[in-house]
Amino acid sequence: MAVKKIEAVIKPFKLEEVKEALTEIGIEGLTVSEVKGFGRQKGHTEIYRGSEYTVDFLPKVKIEIVVVDTLVEKAIATIVKAAKTGKIGDGKIFILPVEDAIRIRTEEKGEKAV
Amino acid sequence: MSNWIKKFVVALAVGAMTCTLLDSPAMAQEAAPVAAEAAVAAEAPAGPSAEMFTVNNTWMMVAAALVFFMNLGFACVETGMTRSKNTVNILFKNSLIPCLGILTYAWCGFNLMYPGFDYDAGANGWFGFAGWGITTNAEGITSAYNAGYTYWTDFLFQAMFAATAVTIVSGAVAERIKLSSFMIFAFIYVAFIYPIAGSWKWGNGWLNNLEVPFYDFAGSTLVHSVGGWGALAGALILGPRLGKYVDGKIKPILGHSMPLATIGVFILWLGWFGFNGGSVLSADPGLVSVTLVMTCIAAAAGGVSAALISWIILKKPDLTMALNGILAGLVGITAGADQMTAMESTVIGLVAGALVFSSVLLFDKIKIDDPVGAISVHLVCGIWGTLAVGLIGAKAGIPQLISQFTGVLAYGVFCFVSALVIFLVLKVTMGLRVSAEEEIGGLDIGEHGQEAYPDFSPVSKV
Repeated sequence: MAVKKIEAVIKPFKLEEVKEALTEIGIEGLTVSEVKGFGRQKGHTEIYRGSEYTVDFLPKVKIEIVVVDTLVEKAIATIVKAAKTGKIGDGKIFILPVEDAIRIRTEEKGEKAV
Repeated sequence: MSNWIKKFVVALAVGAMTCTLLDSPAMAQEAAPVAAEAAVAAEAPAGPSAEMFTVNNTWMMVAAALVFFMNLGFACVETGMTRSKNTVNILFKNSLIPCLGILTYAWCGFNLMYPGFDYDAGANGWFGFAGWGITTNAEGITSAYNAGYTYWTDFLFQAMFAATAVTIVSGAVAERIKLSSFMIFAFIYVAFIYPIAGSWKWGNGWLNNLEVPFYDFAGSTLVHSVGGWGALAGALILGPRLGKYVDGKIKPILGHSMPLATIGVFILWLGWFGFNGGSVLSADPGLVSVTLVMTCIAAAAGGVSAALISWIILKKPDLTMALNGILAGLVGITAGADQMTAMESTVIGLVAGALVFSSVLLFDKIKIDDPVGAISVHLVCGIWGTLAVGLIGAKAGIPQLISQFTGVLAYGVFCFVSALVIFLVLKVTMGLRVSAEEEIGGLDIGEHGQEAYPDFSPVSKV
């Protein structure tokens, strides 16, 4: 049993490209959430009715996929390639170990479930 | 038979009298002529044909419907420019105000506003009351009542105006006022303060009988400033929303739906076709059309001016300022919509847009927290529009300006002081503001136990 979870925080407009690229290498499913946060890019100031305020948390999209070990490197390379703009704020990828996975419909476990 | 003839002659006379007056713009929104005046005009030409009366009355009912629709406009603007956690509360207030307004106007408001001041009988023109409830006789549904509308249309059109005035207050006190206290304020203000103040001018009261009568075509002062003074009193006594001023600095609190705010402004603009167009009080082709054109020009100029000024001064064009600018132009033209040329209406709108921009910033600076800019739009531009009648347009002149100033002052003192007293009494008796805890959690849960957007995610399709 060897599955890993890949969490990638990316620029929202890159979601479509990343999804297409991951589908092409055989990734069959992913979970997406709209998130906000800050890193080195920091926030910026905006104006509402004449008063300035800082936006500390920038909107990003978080992708979560769980894949078998053999696919991890390929998946990471694919995400990096699709999500990169070269400018600050492109995001980050985290790899986490996964104890187990269960497909609810069939109750299959482990590699069969991802 | 002789009775019938007598009625016919009176009908002709009253009709003729109103018709003659309708030709003159000064008739706008004023009381129906009293019987004594009608007798004098007995030799005047005949009243409107049945067809013309029907056309007039139909337009007035359409206008009433348009003004009614403005309640939705206010609801959208106020909802859009405040936070989502207070949405149910704002919608509740905006739904109940027209209900209260219509009921109280039928109960006492209409007869307080149009008491039929009779100066020959020694009326002072400050306060009068024609009795509880609304009812009329056979003449009330003919042109004998007025060449432009029946008694019932008259009531409906004016009742819609009453509700509008109090709705203005709700925006300025939003996101922190206790619901029960606000509803009591709204009841007193719409049932008594608005109609008594209105009677001074439209009810043929003392302001209408100055040597140079005070002029307010459709209510820059009578409706918008009356609401605006209430809004100012409320915002002053309540104090700013939590989190608006941190360490003495302004921290803007963003509205949660710019689409709703924009929809609201366009509904209000549409409603203004009835607000100003109906204030001609007949379907007079020339007067109604010129009024609508001047109304639109001022709205457009207000929008352009506020947008440009915000663009230049803030470096970015602010949508909420442009929206406030449109409303500012509309409020500004309301007092003299039938007295201005296209160029004069443009000037009124441009100045109103500039005024609304600077007063929003000013009120923020002096810590009068008005989430939607109601005080800037309705009070500041209401005063501007009223004074503008004395400065530019067909009625311009020093005597008119003095009368306009007298009107602004009289309404200011009466409405501001009344609103202040009502709010202060409410504050010491039942409390005016929700607890800090409730304010932070939102008034939707605190006051209503309801959420406007209960789904986990706003895009949920579950």
